[in-house]
Amino acid sequence: MIVFQSVSKVYNSHAVALEDVDFRVNPGEFVSLTGRSGAGKSTAIKLLIGEEKPTKGRIFFGQYEVNKLKDAELPAFRRHIGVVFQDFRLLSMKTAYENVAFALQVAGRPQREIAELVPQVLDMVGLSDKAKNFSNELSGGEKQRVAIARAMIHRPEVIIADEPTGNLDPFHTYEIVKLLEKINQLGTTVLLATHDKEIINLLERRVITLDNGRVIRDEEKGKYILV
Amino acid sequence: MFTVFSRIIHFGFKNFWRNGWLSMVTVLIMVLALLVFSGLVLFGVVTDKAAASVQDKIDISVYFKTNTPEDQILDIKQSLEGLSEVKSVEYISRDRALQIFQASHQSDVVISQAINELNTNPLEASLNIKAKRPDQYALIADYLDTPNMTSFIDSVSYAKNQVVIDRLASIVNTVTRGGLVLTIFLALLSGLVIFNTIRLAIYSNREEISIMRAVGASNSLVRGPYMVAGIIAGVLAAVISLIVAAPLVYFVSPYLKVFIPGLDIFQYFYTHVFTLLLYQLAFGVLVGIFSSFVAVRRYLRN
Repeated sequence: MIVFQSVSKVYNSHAVALEDVDFRVNPGEFVSLTGRSGAGKSTAIKLLIGEEKPTKGRIFFGQYEVNKLKDAELPAFRRHIGVVFQDFRLLSMKTAYENVAFALQVAGRPQREIAELVPQVLDMVGLSDKAKNFSNELSGGEKQRVAIARAMIHRPEVIIADEPTGNLDPFHTYEIVKLLEKINQLGTTVLLATHDKEIINLLERRVITLDNGRVIRDEEKGKYILV
Repeated sequence: MFTVFSRIIHFGFKNFWRNGWLSMVTVLIMVLALLVFSGLVLFGVVTDKAAASVQDKIDISVYFKTNTPEDQILDIKQSLEGLSEVKSVEYISRDRALQIFQASHQSDVVISQAINELNTNPLEASLNIKAKRPDQYALIADYLDTPNMTSFIDSVSYAKNQVVIDRLASIVNTVTRGGLVLTIFLALLSGLVIFNTIRLAIYSNREEISIMRAVGASNSLVRGPYMVAGIIAGVLAAVISLIVAAPLVYFVSPYLKVFIPGLDIFQYFYTHVFTLLLYQLAFGVLVGIFSSFVAVRRYLRN
């Protein structure tokens, strides 16, 4: 359902972020995208969610051709995915509860549905007692869990996580990965970009390795190998 | 549809409140801009009144020969009133003229005695003509210059005062027109100040806007609350600026009265306070909405 077809991204005509990238992710898979810092993982994700356009190639998500979407069509497309960013990207003027609820509000869901679902999801990520906190009143781990709750509450087909544990300690890292696995078990496709070798080795799932913008390895039960 | 709408309003209020300091500063700047705006409105009232009071002082007096019968004078009065340029014509009979003269020279013993010495009334009957506009007096003077008039007329004061009248006319004209230009210019200026203040406020929110878009919010859900906040700011600014203006106007009013008699600016202010509030609301809210709409647009593109 996610297809990268000969995708290249070049910034300012000399900085090559991605070169001729080809891969495919099927529904229900749990795929890790790995590589050194600067290998192109975040770029691939930005292209996938339409934040930027590829220099060459095509990107498919379900029936959408992402690189051809117009600005006005992007919001509707983004409601099919849940994204977890490395820098959390929570709305600072909203509480944890409101941040999670926002994902449902943009989809136009009625108030009573929101009032029912949000507490459930906050409970699932273990933040029921922090619902009324603003993001500056939450720790890094808690913020990331709010971000995950927000990413999954509207039951997207795919969850894309860009270095979700980059700012976390090992304990919370483990928790987050377990949470993502649980979500995957429930049927959601997960695309995880990370350079954390512990996670990769722990998961024993499919790993796509990038190096200097190119796909150098794509293994079903991947391990993190220092290039 | 209704859900989206009520959410936009809800977010608008919440954002305005939670962005506390920023919202307050925006409103404050809008208050200053609106004070300028209402100052302009009041300034317009003052110039109008000043111009009118100057114009009122200008007139032509036509003095008739003492042997002219009153009917003749009244006929001429009627024909003058028929002219479209004439605002009013006042008839002062010879007796009335004497009364006025005596009253104004009551304290002067010599003159009072001299009047008593005379057997006949030396004063002439006159018609005091006011035109609708100062530049029309030349026309009226021309009208009086025809032979059937001049046989009865002894003198017309216009000839002596012509230079002054013309000069006053052009001053009144310039002030009125200059006042209008100034008003438009300063109104534009205060509008631009409000526009840029709101633009800066929304600039400082650009991160939030991009996050909302990343989560999939539609353009209206992103833009709407900011426009609501713009409306709230406009309303608050309008009300606050009038509350601030009231004591200022009250303070200035007696000073203005000295310069332009008949002008009670404070009275004008409180009798027209709702009209002024309406102008302010219209200006503040319209500029607020427009500014928010335009300012957010930049961050809705990728």
